[in-house]
Amino acid sequence: MASYSTSELRSGNKVMVDGDPCAVLDNEHVKPGKGQAFNRIKLRNLKSGRVWERTFKSGESLEAADVMDTDMEYLYTDGEFYHFMLTDGSFEQHGADANAVGETSKWLKEQETYVVTLYNGAPLAVTPPNFIELEVTETDPGLKGDTANGGSKPAILSTGAMVRVPLFINIGEVLRVDTRTGEYVSRATGK
Amino acid sequence: MYNKQIWQPTADLSTLQYRAKVFHKIRAFFYEREVLEVDTPCLSLGSISDPHIEVLSTQTKTLGKHVTYYLQTSPEYAMKRLLAAGAPSIYQLGKVFRAEEIGRRHGIEFTMLEWYRLGFDHWQLMNEIDDLLSVLTNDVIISERLSYQNAFLRHVGLDPFSASLSYLQQCCHQHTEYGLEEMDRDTLLELLFTTLIEPQIGQKQPCFIHSYPASQAALAKQQIELSGARTAARFELYWRGMELANGYFELTDAKEQQQRLQEDIAQRAEHHQVWRQVDERLIRALEKGLPDCAGVALGVDRLLMLLLDKAHIDKVLPFSGAHA
Repeated sequence: MASYSTSELRSGNKVMVDGDPCAVLDNEHVKPGKGQAFNRIKLRNLKSGRVWERTFKSGESLEAADVMDTDMEYLYTDGEFYHFMLTDGSFEQHGADANAVGETSKWLKEQETYVVTLYNGAPLAVTPPNFIELEVTETDPGLKGDTANGGSKPAILSTGAMVRVPLFINIGEVLRVDTRTGEYVSRATGK
Repeated sequence: MYNKQIWQPTADLSTLQYRAKVFHKIRAFFYEREVLEVDTPCLSLGSISDPHIEVLSTQTKTLGKHVTYYLQTSPEYAMKRLLAAGAPSIYQLGKVFRAEEIGRRHGIEFTMLEWYRLGFDHWQLMNEIDDLLSVLTNDVIISERLSYQNAFLRHVGLDPFSASLSYLQQCCHQHTEYGLEEMDRDTLLELLFTTLIEPQIGQKQPCFIHSYPASQAALAKQQIELSGARTAARFELYWRGMELANGYFELTDAKEQQQRLQEDIAQRAEHHQVWRQVDERLIRALEKGLPDCAGVALGVDRLLMLLLDKAHIDKVLPFSGAHA
């Protein structure tokens, strides 16, 4: 397995720390006046999501993590696993467990493309696209004429996600939602 | 790293004008005080012994022989050779080089102001640094003075001289996740210092940290504190989280200096670091006699960052590392 020297680590590198794959977010070179040089490295544990800082001696080496981001289309869930297929034409399929899918489960729509992070060939995390278009399945009836008043109400989308929407939205409409904030953006343009 | 598209400077023109003005003010400051400007060579046949500073070198051919020259990491040895040869108080404003990582506050080439004052001790030199900073800022700068021991007691809650090794290891690990297997006290203390103390001190006025552990004396005399503890007559200047200067009441004892060089060389060998020709001509000069003096080296680019409120060293250099 390849390895990195702590002094050459850059944001985006993936390394093993305490047996877990981690992404490097930042690396600051620390050199006390007359002393040994260190690297203060900000890391994200790709399993738990925890972000923290750890100091290493400069030049110490860390094993590279076998982590790869791939584009995959969501197919279906069998109740235990969520099945995805590579979009590169290989039709290769991977089953991600609930742990890997995490919060993304409420944004899973068939035929939509997700970034599936593979660790040692198995799904570690699933990231939704920043914006996704979903149909409203449940909400109070729309209020005619109320388009600019700024009021909002809850709506349940086809994936089960709950978002706050303007009062004029009706069941059956397709909405554009920001998955990073979980907020309504607009009615879908129907492109 | 070379990129044929990127030709532009990294600092803007007004910064370069300010930089030139600061150079001028520094020279005027020393001219007024009758401190002589010198320019010792950038390339030297001998280098420093410091175990934690890596040196750049270059090769040339002279009279059919391959010769290695080392780029100066600071003009300290050469300036002390001048002092031993009878020079009065001297200063040097110029480029120095270190084989270091390039970062927010580090470059491989940077501008250093170094000066030596005959008959001064380190306390008098700290006063003069305040005078210089006052001139450069058009303000009255009176830096705080805090001993190494009190800095630790105040900001870390331990005594750097009496804390046990295992306590230092635990404390260091708690704050940095490093240190449980580190056997070197100084390394642990230095990491604690940069992690916990550096961000706290010198936030308004600059702060001199003084009276370092004797084991971190480098080229400073040792002194006996009122408590009986042996410390180094060394200080460092910190300002808004930045290490700005390092000074000594200079060691003049040739034998003691020889011994410290040998320890450094042994430490480098032990850690399988690259061999280099250590400049023993410093010892010869000390044998001839270095007058009592205090000296300090100050990072001018970092000072400019502070004066101009720039977060990255690139912004005060005409062409920084990746653009040079």
